[in-house]
Amino acid sequence: MSRPSLQSWRRQLFGSVPDTVLSLGLGALISWAAWGFLHWAFGQAQWLVLRANAATLTIGRYPEAQEWRLWLLLGLLVSLTGLSWGLLRGRATAAGWPLNDRIAAGLLSLLTLVVPPLLAFGGLNQLRLLFLLGLLLLLRGLAGRWLAHRWGLRLAQSWPLVWAGAYLLGLWLIGGGLGLTPVRPSDWGGLMFTLLITSLTLLLALPLGVLLALGRRSELPLLRWVSVAYIEVIRGAPLITLLFLGQNLVGFLLPGGLAPDRVWRAAAVLTGFAAAYVAEAVRGGLNAVPRGQLEASRSLGLSTAQTLGLVVLPQALKVALPALVGQCIALLQDTTLLSIIGLFDLLGIARSVLANPDWLGRYAEVYLLLAVLYWCSCSALSLGSRALEQRLSSSNLRPAHR
Amino acid sequence: MTALPWWRDSRKVGWLVQAAVGLGLLLVVALLLSNLEHNLTRAGLRLTLGWLNQPAGFDIAETLLPYRASDSYGRALLAGLVNTLRVVGIGLVLATGLGVVAGAASFSTNPLLRGLSRTYVEVVRNIPLLLQLVFWYFAVFLTLPPANQALQLPGLQLAKSGVYLLGARLVNGELVGGWRLSLELAALLTGLVIYSAAFIAEVVRGGIASVPKGQWEAAESLGLKPLATLRLVVLPQALRVIVPGLNSQYISLAKNSSLAVAIGYPDLYAVAETTLNQTGRGIEVFLLLMAVYLGLDLCISVLMNGLERLVSLKDR
Repeated sequence: MSRPSLQSWRRQLFGSVPDTVLSLGLGALISWAAWGFLHWAFGQAQWLVLRANAATLTIGRYPEAQEWRLWLLLGLLVSLTGLSWGLLRGRATAAGWPLNDRIAAGLLSLLTLVVPPLLAFGGLNQLRLLFLLGLLLLLRGLAGRWLAHRWGLRLAQSWPLVWAGAYLLGLWLIGGGLGLTPVRPSDWGGLMFTLLITSLTLLLALPLGVLLALGRRSELPLLRWVSVAYIEVIRGAPLITLLFLGQNLVGFLLPGGLAPDRVWRAAAVLTGFAAAYVAEAVRGGLNAVPRGQLEASRSLGLSTAQTLGLVVLPQALKVALPALVGQCIALLQDTTLLSIIGLFDLLGIARSVLANPDWLGRYAEVYLLLAVLYWCSCSALSLGSRALEQRLSSSNLRPAHR
Repeated sequence: MTALPWWRDSRKVGWLVQAAVGLGLLLVVALLLSNLEHNLTRAGLRLTLGWLNQPAGFDIAETLLPYRASDSYGRALLAGLVNTLRVVGIGLVLATGLGVVAGAASFSTNPLLRGLSRTYVEVVRNIPLLLQLVFWYFAVFLTLPPANQALQLPGLQLAKSGVYLLGARLVNGELVGGWRLSLELAALLTGLVIYSAAFIAEVVRGGIASVPKGQWEAAESLGLKPLATLRLVVLPQALRVIVPGLNSQYISLAKNSSLAVAIGYPDLYAVAETTLNQTGRGIEVFLLLMAVYLGLDLCISVLMNGLERLVSLKDR
């Protein structure tokens, strides 16, 4: 196998004179860039800035005395992830772990073993992370072996509720109140804030976007006009002008003194912004559902709400899934704009670290770390979406539109 | 036959729903407007555009339109708009060029070129534009060497004092002549073009992929070289798919140019923010911004729709 492929590579790279010139030129360019990068990374870069600010970049200015709440939250999320992983993947293969799962487990272990020491997380925190890794793998194993078989189906049905509960619990743990010391939103920051605001905005924008998409396709003219006007105006404006509206003008539009915290105002603007784009993604899905489905459910005597909820939307959302994940990625990237209006998302906190005279000029190191983080998250999302798409399209639930 | 009860009559229910939605919206808008009026009177402001004629009193780092601090707010905003149009105009041309090359390169028979094109698209699309902009500005352009050690690229000189195109010469330790771009403009253009071109490359790739393979083979059997095939046979057909996709990418580019504010290039949004800080005229400034950006989008759409008609398949 190796010989012919080696030959074909040689033919493709050096088959003709122009190809040879191109290959050599590109090869030289790539080597030059790689050498330059390595020279910088091991010669000039001062990675200390990352080790010294790892905690700040992760959780911002969250009060140290309350950090245990975030660890608790992480533990909760890790446990649920382990259980979900086992439930989803364990049913088919109780005997052993499938190859993909083993690769994922290996990668996670490697990351947990290598990254924290590199970033100097401190001995205690490294132990905690190792414990969490063990918990994750243990729960994955247990759930896959015992739970998935006996209660898999029943648990799967109520699983979204469990996650929703965990989400609310997480908000409580982060924000405090009701018995916990309150931590104001302006003290949330870093990676945690980015993840929180992205997920919150997404959860709120999804239903709003579905409503807008339905409104845009409604037979009632008023609903249609209002939806179209909203979607088009929002999509035509740069996000930064809308954030400007949220930060500077909401005070004018609400009764005096009622304006909520800046973080909530920004979250509301992001939600309204994302909803317009979600609506367009959902509309694409709605367009793909054949009219016969609607007529069939009508003739079965389903009400409008039942038709939508049981027949049309499940199919439409499935078709819209890739576009929706695309919007999810865009939203994650758009949260960086919060740093322009002075909030401490991941980029915002990085800029505040870089404004510290101790770390003057260490832009490349910090921004490179951020780029890696964003790149990994966005790529993972799009990979996951592609995998999900394949699973859905191979199941018999596939809509009959093509 | 009994009469249909009103709640089963979809027409009546429809009207009721619309009336409810309409009333609700009116109520919300009326409430917001009354709050606005109350708050404005309390702050001693009235919605006017008269302040546009007052002297602005702030400097703008670089303008294409002649502008001095003693000019009016209106002139300042206009200068900002011209700066925005400048970035959008240059950006569109460069991003299209790079995007078409990168998109076409993903069909190359050379695996190195193909891999480079795919890597470029995958890396750039998954990193936020704002992060890329601050990276280019703070980590690259601000660390350029002084003029007497300027980086020399063909037709291009990069130094702390700016980016010089078309042959600038070193005179007394300063670069003179040529066409100078400020570091802010250069960083903004670099970031914006590289980011937008990755999306345009995907549009171009989709367009080229939509041309049946038979067209390539037919052109090859007619003796056309690969580049000539691309230029004469494939691209003209691919344009029908590419142009509508380009439309939305161009609009994104125009909107994304507003991120200039993060690296200190005085575009329309940056000037508007300064104006707000000085005058407190938030509502007027916001409406102006919305009108300009929506107008800009509309212009791009109209132009691209014209182009779409031009390249679309004509029935003969």
